[in-house]
Amino acid sequence: MSTATNLSSTDRWDEFMEGVWRQNPLFVMVLGLCPALAVTVSAVNALSMGLATTFVLTCSCLLVSLLRKMIPKEVRIATYIVIIATFVTVVDYVIQAVSLALYDALGAFIQLIVVNCIILGRAEAHASKNPPLPAMLNALGMSAGFTLGLFALGAVREILGAGTLFGISLFGPHFQPWVVMVLPPGGFFVLGLWLLVFAAIARRKQDKLAEAAGHA
Amino acid sequence: MSIEIRSAPHIKAPKSVETIMRHVVWSLMPVCAFFVFQYGLSALASLMVVTVSCLATERLIVRTGTQSGDISDYSAAITGLLLALSLPPGFPLWMGAVAGIVAIALGKALFGGIGFNVFNPALVGRAFVQAAFPQAIATYTPSFLPGRFHEMVPSSMTLPLMQPAAVADWLKAKHLDALAGATPLAKWKFEGILANADELLTSLSGHMAVGPSPALILVCGIYLAARRFMDWRIPAAILGSAGLTAWLLFALNDVRYPNPFFMLFSGGLILGAVYMATDMATSPVTPKGMWVYGALIGLLTVVIRYYSGLPEGVMYAILLGNAATPLIEKITQPTPFGKTAFALLGRQKKGASYSLHPGYISREDAGAVTPRKRFLSNKPKRDERKKPNE
Repeated sequence: MSTATNLSSTDRWDEFMEGVWRQNPLFVMVLGLCPALAVTVSAVNALSMGLATTFVLTCSCLLVSLLRKMIPKEVRIATYIVIIATFVTVVDYVIQAVSLALYDALGAFIQLIVVNCIILGRAEAHASKNPPLPAMLNALGMSAGFTLGLFALGAVREILGAGTLFGISLFGPHFQPWVVMVLPPGGFFVLGLWLLVFAAIARRKQDKLAEAAGHA
Repeated sequence: MSIEIRSAPHIKAPKSVETIMRHVVWSLMPVCAFFVFQYGLSALASLMVVTVSCLATERLIVRTGTQSGDISDYSAAITGLLLALSLPPGFPLWMGAVAGIVAIALGKALFGGIGFNVFNPALVGRAFVQAAFPQAIATYTPSFLPGRFHEMVPSSMTLPLMQPAAVADWLKAKHLDALAGATPLAKWKFEGILANADELLTSLSGHMAVGPSPALILVCGIYLAARRFMDWRIPAAILGSAGLTAWLLFALNDVRYPNPFFMLFSGGLILGAVYMATDMATSPVTPKGMWVYGALIGLLTVVIRYYSGLPEGVMYAILLGNAATPLIEKITQPTPFGKTAFALLGRQKKGASYSLHPGYISREDAGAVTPRKRFLSNKPKRDERKKPNE
């Protein structure tokens, strides 16, 4: 993790990809499971949740990073929560104003972004120790990874649970919906499946690296 | 001639997993044959597709090299046959294949393969399709339909991912009541009609959709128990507890509750009690535990059937029983010879200080506490312990 202010472009890319792949919040760190299981019934819901989280995470990490020298160590968690809650309130009102249907679909989970451990975790572990640019890049990467994970869950659940993707019918009118996929157990099944896929990819990569090291 | 010298126990006729499983498959054959005779081509196709999907999944997973076992040990075949027998005969074949894959992959492989599964794989598969396709799994067709060996139930041949054809229209074209396909339990629950004993036991009259014949399953189960491939205590406990609960409720109110005979021989209770609850990996090994386990399943079955929205409850009862198995085994541990059941609760005998000696406390046991001095009055001298080595 580079703390220098003048980052090279590969460093920036690394900082960003950290959250998308190596430290993916959903599939590697397995954080933020509450929204991941509850609102990923459809791809649209999953993406909106991901975007809302992106906004909150990026803005709060930026602010925390800017204020990191002023925040007294003893009350830092409370301060972070106040910052995060501010942005969550903004997102809450924006979604309510833009689309009431979406607001109803996401329910309490927009307000619950405030207790999402990814956001507090990033603020505490990264933003509070790094200058604004790397902090924001890292937060963006994390949010991209989280959004990607939510979308992966939401897409599978929507395709099997309703036969549609973004509301567009994929299999015609005679599709048999898998009721279990839109129920809570479906969320667990699909999450488990994706964890399996990601673990398999990671293991294969590791094996390849080990093999390459063996040959060298 | 070489003589192998080894310590007890000396097993004279080893029963391998494969032997036991093979006998279970054989004993299932008559049940399957009668099932096909009852429901014709659809049942045959269902049995084959579900079993093949189980076997293929097992083979694929074993090939990855992460776990032992193979399709030659017959365990996946049993899962497939039981799963197919527990599904409606006209169940869409693609859904049957999904059930088979889920049964082996989720119910068995994820837990580590043969012998490690916590839940009965066949029931895991069935529970999944019950949750995913609640309508298809409740659509039964009556047994002994004319022409059942020439044509299949239209819902069987549904294209993958598509909705099954409406069986009700098909039955109407055959001049059958659209509700003829209800199972005896559903008929009792939603219409208040009780099936009589003949229909339930052999399902020969053909008015109702009774799954595989309970009488035949009982006979096959008795064969298995007699050959000691299955413990008789579990089915006895399940049927006893379900029968007793049903009889008590029937005695209290014979208008609201059906007679215990109906309770025992309708739905999948006999199949579940004889073949599914007795799965060796998922049921307790202690004799006392088997009784507790069976009693729990029987009671839960009756409770779910009477007081829930579902007509049938055997599947969930057995899955809950499976979940309780480790706990049941823990509380029904037999006491070692020479100890009374309350020895652990009462005070230790004075002479038994050896168990408190630090030298005897396992170093691996994190909870092991080095006892205080006063317990160690008769501790052996240091050099005394070393003696045998020198």
